[in-house]
Amino acid sequence: MPHDHLSPSGHPYRADNDMPLTYWQCMEIAMRELLIEKGVTTTAEIAAQIDAMDARSPADGARVVARAWCDPAFRQRLLADASAASRELGFDIGALRLIAVENTQDVHNVIVCTLCSCYPRNLLGLSPDWYKSREYRSRVVVEPRRVLAEFGLTLPDTTTIRVHDSTADMRYIVIPARPAGTEGLDETALAALVTRDSMIGTGLARSPA
Amino acid sequence: MNKRWHDMGGDPADALPLRDGRPAEHDFALWEKRVDALMVLMTTKGHFTVDGLRRAIEDMGPEAFETMSYYDRWIAAVNQNLVESGVYTLSELGQRMEQVARRGPTYGQASLAGA
Repeated sequence: MPHDHLSPSGHPYRADNDMPLTYWQCMEIAMRELLIEKGVTTTAEIAAQIDAMDARSPADGARVVARAWCDPAFRQRLLADASAASRELGFDIGALRLIAVENTQDVHNVIVCTLCSCYPRNLLGLSPDWYKSREYRSRVVVEPRRVLAEFGLTLPDTTTIRVHDSTADMRYIVIPARPAGTEGLDETALAALVTRDSMIGTGLARSPA
Repeated sequence: MNKRWHDMGGDPADALPLRDGRPAEHDFALWEKRVDALMVLMTTKGHFTVDGLRRAIEDMGPEAFETMSYYDRWIAAVNQNLVESGVYTLSELGQRMEQVARRGPTYGQASLAGA
């Protein structure tokens, strides 16, 4: 974008904000101003909410997975009640019921929300576009192998694939299988192997370099 | 079997949309993060529920899914719920949107109150 639109401070606007105003963006600005003027929320509260959201990332889920790989008692608690077990590590899960599903040698789990876009955002951050797409939502429940292949993941025919359909109140997270050759790694090093897609089920945990 | 349009599981659909050879993602723009934050704050404060958000989105019909972005649909649904719960009126919003649009042609300029 040409930087010919300078803010009053003389700096160019973020590229994000440089595009022509859309009707829905205009609505967001108007709504936000009305809510602040009416005392329903504040500028600081909105900023804090965005900061909290930006602070969440797949690294949070990866910490949970790595703990489960290292600590059999934690793994049991995670499988029994993933909301409570995640809270042990300091994560805010809200009122959601979170269910952890564990990949094994024979079973591979994948999550989806066919009805809308429910996602374990408290442990993984905001969901990727494809998770919310018609293509993923429609197809992963009927042809998961073909969909996984589009992510570059081809599983043996002998592997059972289980697809879990989320709801607004009940969300899933996949505990990927611990990669071979990681026996000597500590929890931090293990967490670095746990990708976002491995916790959705559209990928596997990375092998150590 | 009758099902509504949003119940997509099992519907025929194309290959996943790709960007740079990978299933598509994008960095969220500031306005999208603000919509998300407003949704979380308003439901946390009890002005409506996640089910209310979904009802509004589902009632938009399948055309909205093809013609509006994800957060376009969210802001429209948040607005509908806030009007229904009486937090502000549609005419208050309409008047404010006219003011906002007069401030300038970009999101950045229109965000500057009093400009």
